[in-house]
Amino acid sequence: MAVSKPTIGAPYYESEKESPFFSENVRAFLLFVGSLAVFLLLWELGARSGIFARGMPTATKTLEELWWWITHPFFNNGPNDLGIGWNLLISLRRVAIGYTLASLVAVPLGILIGISPIARKGFNPYVQLLKPISPLAWLPLGLYILRDSEQTGVFIIFISSIWPTLINTSLGVANVNKDYLEVAETLGASRLRTIFKVIIPAALPSIVAGLRISMGIAWLVIVAAEMLLGTGLGYFIWNEWNNLYIPNILVAIFIIGLVGLILDSIFAAFEKFVAFGRNS
Amino acid sequence: MSVVPVNSVTPADTYSPTAQLSLRNVTKVFHGKKDLFSQLAGKRTKDFVAIEDISLDIEPNTFVSIIGPSGCGKSTLLNMIAGLSDTTAGQILFNDQPIAGPGPDRGMVFQNYALMPWMTVEENVRFAVETVYPKWAAKQVNRTVKEHIQLVGLVGAEKKHPHEISGGMRQRVGIARALAISPQILLMDEPFGALDALTRGFLQDEIERIWEQQRKTVIMITHSIDEALLLSDRIVMMTRGPAARVDEILDVPFPRPRNRETIEQHPAYHSLKAEMESHLFRETRAVEAARINKS
Ligand SMILES: Nc1ncnc2c1ncn2[C@@H]1O[C@H](COP(=O)(O)OP(=O)(O)OP(=O)(O)O)[C@@H](O)[C@H]1O
Ligand SMILES: [Mg+2]
Repeated sequence: MAVSKPTIGAPYYESEKESPFFSENVRAFLLFVGSLAVFLLLWELGARSGIFARGMPTATKTLEELWWWITHPFFNNGPNDLGIGWNLLISLRRVAIGYTLASLVAVPLGILIGISPIARKGFNPYVQLLKPISPLAWLPLGLYILRDSEQTGVFIIFISSIWPTLINTSLGVANVNKDYLEVAETLGASRLRTIFKVIIPAALPSIVAGLRISMGIAWLVIVAAEMLLGTGLGYFIWNEWNNLYIPNILVAIFIIGLVGLILDSIFAAFEKFVAFGRNS
Repeated sequence: MSVVPVNSVTPADTYSPTAQLSLRNVTKVFHGKKDLFSQLAGKRTKDFVAIEDISLDIEPNTFVSIIGPSGCGKSTLLNMIAGLSDTTAGQILFNDQPIAGPGPDRGMVFQNYALMPWMTVEENVRFAVETVYPKWAAKQVNRTVKEHIQLVGLVGAEKKHPHEISGGMRQRVGIARALAISPQILLMDEPFGALDALTRGFLQDEIERIWEQQRKTVIMITHSIDEALLLSDRIVMMTRGPAARVDEILDVPFPRPRNRETIEQHPAYHSLKAEMESHLFRETRAVEAARINKS
């Protein structure tokens, strides 16, 4: 077998991949499309032959509904008949407000707690006690105090998305590489300069990782909370359940997953951006 | 033999009046855990005397290497000079003033480079300059940064981040950062320890070249006999720990500028090298023996 073609100046090396049409990505994509087709086919056949529970819609019916909702996102015939686009925006708005407030509290507080070992030990019991509480447990309390479902939704998002950011930020700040701190120390950097120029940038990967987990939790919680609050994607599902119309529930589940995926990808890209060769 | 180096263990009571840095009876003890909690948990540890009663005078504009068996307390000694850790007893005088904490009059080069990964090469150097000289105009800062990037031969890599350059280049940044703040003393803790032999050789030549340009006081920790002989005016040999002391100080008489080939021709080269080898061999063997007896 000839290793090089003598005709042209530069030596010819056989490329690693045998064919551009069957690279790893293409094969993975084919696997994805193939398995999806099989899944939809089994679903369709199963639903038509009545193997599944009674009332289970067929795949074609569900896809039809999905297409309809996607092509008619913004209509408004009262709170119980609202386009999915509006519902999505309502949910996103609640998440955005609650999550932003939570981050504005959690990041600075996490930095303060992370800097001082005494504050860390002193506040740890609160964090550990409040962290494992299911966000929905706060719902009655929120409704009682705020007497407003909109504000309660925001409050639930706030209280549930604060902990991962707080914990990750304080851990990141507490575990800043000792070398960086020694560099700042030998240069005689002031405390404030050390915090802003060294500690925060060094902790940024874990801060962003915390923000990413918090965003995931906020998106999980909003759907559950909205079932009890009215309007939003969660309420949409609840409403369709009352109407006993399963295809729309499946449509909403798909859209919730898709939006969650997009939100997470944004944070993943952000995480990569602040890593600078550090992995974690 | 006439060229045999002077064995000059400084007696504790004769201090040099011209010394820039003066260690006087410096002792470092790492205190063990003795609080009630550790006692109950059975985690009580004993005090560890790392360094005992070291006295050493360092004259201005000399290049001093510290060499000694692994774990003898070289880094501990350097960190005390840097002000990163306190002395347990004795004192360190810098220009006749006791050292009170770290400061930019001593520039530090770290073994693992300690560059900020989120800053580019240029920003790493700039951070140091801006921290030490907050009142400088932007123009002066820029000029200093540029000069030192040129000095260590990193022109063209200014905009790269540390993870995009090789270990040798990273340590060049470390050296540029330490020199850019124009410290009176340069402290280096095994600056080339993490580099391969070839890169290490290049950087040693580089240090020799830079030192010819600006003769600063340098204190360098090393494990390499050749490195110490190439660069130093004086070599401080430490005994093994615990309670490490200065065993012997060698004067290196080779004329400068030096290079690897010419110093080997010097009549004192081989006796100096043999002296250091036998010292290191003796101390390291004793460390190993102690370890075997313990287990
Ligand atoms: N913070 C600490 N607490 C307790 N013991 C310590 C501490 N730091 C260092 N030691 C001990 O002091 C001794 C000297 O350590 P040091 O790091 O100064 O050695 P070294 O000569 O720099 O070694 P190497 O050549 O491996 O870098 C070692 O035995 C080490 O275990
Ligand atoms: Mg060391």
